[in-house]
Amino acid sequence: MNQIKNLFLHEVRLELKNKNSLTSLIVYAVSSIYITYLCYRQTIDVTTWNALYWIIMLFAATNAVAKSFLSESKGLQLYYYTLLAPRKVILAKTAYNTLLLICVGVINYICYSVLFETIISDRIQFFVGLILGSIGLSATLTLVSGIASRANNSSALIAILGFPLLLPLLLVILQFSKNAIDGLDWSLNQSNFILLTSLDGIIIILSYLLFPYLWRD
Amino acid sequence: MYTAVMGFLGTVPAMPILNETIRNLYFHVTMWMAMMLLMVVNVIYGIKYLSNQKLYNDIVAEESAKIAMVFAVAGLLTGMLWANYTWGAPWVNDPQLNGVAATMLLYSAYFILRNAINDENKRGRLAAIYSIFAFIMMFVFIMVLPKMTDSLHPGKGGNPGFNKYDLDSNMRLVFYPAVIGWSLLGVWLMSLCVRIKKVEIKINN
Repeated sequence: MNQIKNLFLHEVRLELKNKNSLTSLIVYAVSSIYITYLCYRQTIDVTTWNALYWIIMLFAATNAVAKSFLSESKGLQLYYYTLLAPRKVILAKTAYNTLLLICVGVINYICYSVLFETIISDRIQFFVGLILGSIGLSATLTLVSGIASRANNSSALIAILGFPLLLPLLLVILQFSKNAIDGLDWSLNQSNFILLTSLDGIIIILSYLLFPYLWRD
Repeated sequence: MYTAVMGFLGTVPAMPILNETIRNLYFHVTMWMAMMLLMVVNVIYGIKYLSNQKLYNDIVAEESAKIAMVFAVAGLLTGMLWANYTWGAPWVNDPQLNGVAATMLLYSAYFILRNAINDENKRGRLAAIYSIFAFIMMFVFIMVLPKMTDSLHPGKGGNPGFNKYDLDSNMRLVFYPAVIGWSLLGVWLMSLCVRIKKVEIKINN
């Protein structure tokens, strides 16, 4: 448990020192949001807002998580392999990616609120949905980027492998956050909430179990 | 034995039933069941490959996924044909149909992953990992989600299942052997492909 925390803190510190990927992610997200704003330039309805928000989150997530495995050189991978058990590596990486995605999500939300004047009725629900969605997205994408890093290191492969896996998760997230924006009561949204948390749980357990097979190299 | 079961399926159009289109039940549903069986085979052999790294397990996993895709396409086409007559359009915004589309995407990605790696051992391992993940996702997508939301398919989301309404014992007599027949056909095709692949590998070595 200590090792996971240390690895996680190490990644966070590395990121804060050299704000490379964080700034590139923010620029990517903000420019996509601005482009969508230019497409509309008026108040848009809730469905569109929700859809655009999560599509941009999806692409930002793919970009973000792609860097987590691909940027490591062979030497660093060998170092990690001799030092840590693989399950701890994946937990720490997933946690770090989740944090990254939550930050990007909050920034996206701020930009969207500034540009479009659509009102979100239930902010707490929306942010709960954001956190759960980030967990699910980052868990899936971390495993997929691990697979892709073993297979010729191509970033297109992450998108190809990842998007179909993310489809059911995205459906549930969209449903949940649309209900949150519309201001539905917590109890009405509960089935979606349970579905989302259980999907997250399944994905995390699966990637936890499957990662050591990937790591043997 | 397989041809005998296929012959059984051939007597379908002659039986008297309520709606004409219900005949499609034998083809459409049985194909999906055969596909599910083959997907399960895929996952089992993927797990076997992860545990003992024998090439045979990898070959079986790949061929079962291939035949499962063929069945999925056939199931989709028969479903579209059926939908055209009962629901009015070939493709409707139905969670089960979306689940099927996502499954096809998933397994296409599986094949692309297979093609992208050259080393045999690595290929088997990565493909097994991805296929386990894909199977669970597919299960969620096809079984779980349609039950929770409204759906046009019978048996899910507010529509009564077929068993209660229209299946009388005559149709049941044809339906159950049809399921077994199509599944066995799929398994037979798969074993043929496996044998072909093994011979190919022997020739190449």
